[in-house]
Amino acid sequence: MYNFQYHRPKNLEEASQILDVGDDPKLVAGGMTIIPTLKQRLAQPSDLIDLADINNLVGINLQYQSLEIGSMTRHCDVAKSEIVREIIPALSSLASHIGDSQVRHRGTIGGSLANNDPAADYPAGALGLGATIITDKREILADDFFVGLFETALEDNEIITAVRFPKPKRAAYTKFPNPASRYAIIGVMVAETNNQVRVAVTGAGDDGVFREEKMEAALSTNFTSDAIADISIDDETLLSDIHASSEYRAHLINVMAQRAVDKAT
Amino acid sequence: MPSVTMKVNGKNVNAEVENRTLLVQYLRDHLNMTGTHVGCDTSQCGCCVVHVNGSSVKSCTMLAVQAEGADVVTIEGLADGEVLHPMQAAFREHHGLQCGFCTPGMVMSAVDLAKENPDPSETEIREWLEGNICRCTGYHNIVKAIAAGTKNMQG
Repeated sequence: MYNFQYHRPKNLEEASQILDVGDDPKLVAGGMTIIPTLKQRLAQPSDLIDLADINNLVGINLQYQSLEIGSMTRHCDVAKSEIVREIIPALSSLASHIGDSQVRHRGTIGGSLANNDPAADYPAGALGLGATIITDKREILADDFFVGLFETALEDNEIITAVRFPKPKRAAYTKFPNPASRYAIIGVMVAETNNQVRVAVTGAGDDGVFREEKMEAALSTNFTSDAIADISIDDETLLSDIHASSEYRAHLINVMAQRAVDKAT
Repeated sequence: MPSVTMKVNGKNVNAEVENRTLLVQYLRDHLNMTGTHVGCDTSQCGCCVVHVNGSSVKSCTMLAVQAEGADVVTIEGLADGEVLHPMQAAFREHHGLQCGFCTPGMVMSAVDLAKENPDPSETEIREWLEGNICRCTGYHNIVKAIAAGTKNMQG
């Protein structure tokens, strides 16, 4: 690992200042991606700005039928939260299957969204549930947030502070995990929320998480797994690697989506 | 070099480390506590599991400076002198190891499970061990040991 300056600011303003002046600064939330990346010398930031001491970034609140989850809230806390289980059980279930228990003790929702790994679970959760990403500067709809592989609409000096999830009428997340890493080979979030049906797919797109519009249209008129059983997914823009071919991924999207529809509560 | 202070197995420790020093390197190379192992170095195998502020984490995926002010417990901190911790005793009793390389991480992970779930089913134990890899045993005796150890910890 190349060396770097390490900062542990006490508030957002201080974090922001270091972001502004650093040569090539990077934020660290739970560190579950950036530390392995640094260990492999795939990145060489000048400064690491650890958000761990900024208190108001942690916590889960119910505000008018929406859950607001602080960006530094760990996966294990979302998974175990009574209020998440009650309001959006699909989100609790999603969080409880990220990585393994030790990863869930460090990894955070804000870190996962900012990283936008094409096989991560939370991007599908945020896009499928129609979440809003709240930063220290503005609010960004999930539909506008995920821009490409490991790319988001975040500016260089912008920090995610929370994520707001509207309570869905029903939703479920199903995942076909890579048996070693537990990343999604395919993960599908199906939700009926704000009078629309949303289907978000992770693990598959060569541009990262995406919405599957054909399925959304079919489910809008008939929310049953039969309604999407015959929809075939074009594999042209899907990832293909040693874990799964694009044809296999296309098939899995349909299988996982049907299971999610059957499970949606 | 930056200075880092934390509590390890109940004792306050302080050292100067580079920012890039991993918690596991600090434990092994600075404190000479080599009970915590490094297996894969890619956050997957779980040989390096320690407790930080009461949660099991992978010490190969955390910087020493991130543990500033933290309360860290390693495998060396479990036994009471010559008396093994109930989970360690259960691993011995049920032959929950062969080569022993993964064992420190397995035991630390299991102790954390017992705290979260005092009466885990076999499935829950196996799910909890997703982040701990053993290349010798096929897990059967590890699962048995953890079931027994969890019970013993309550008694």
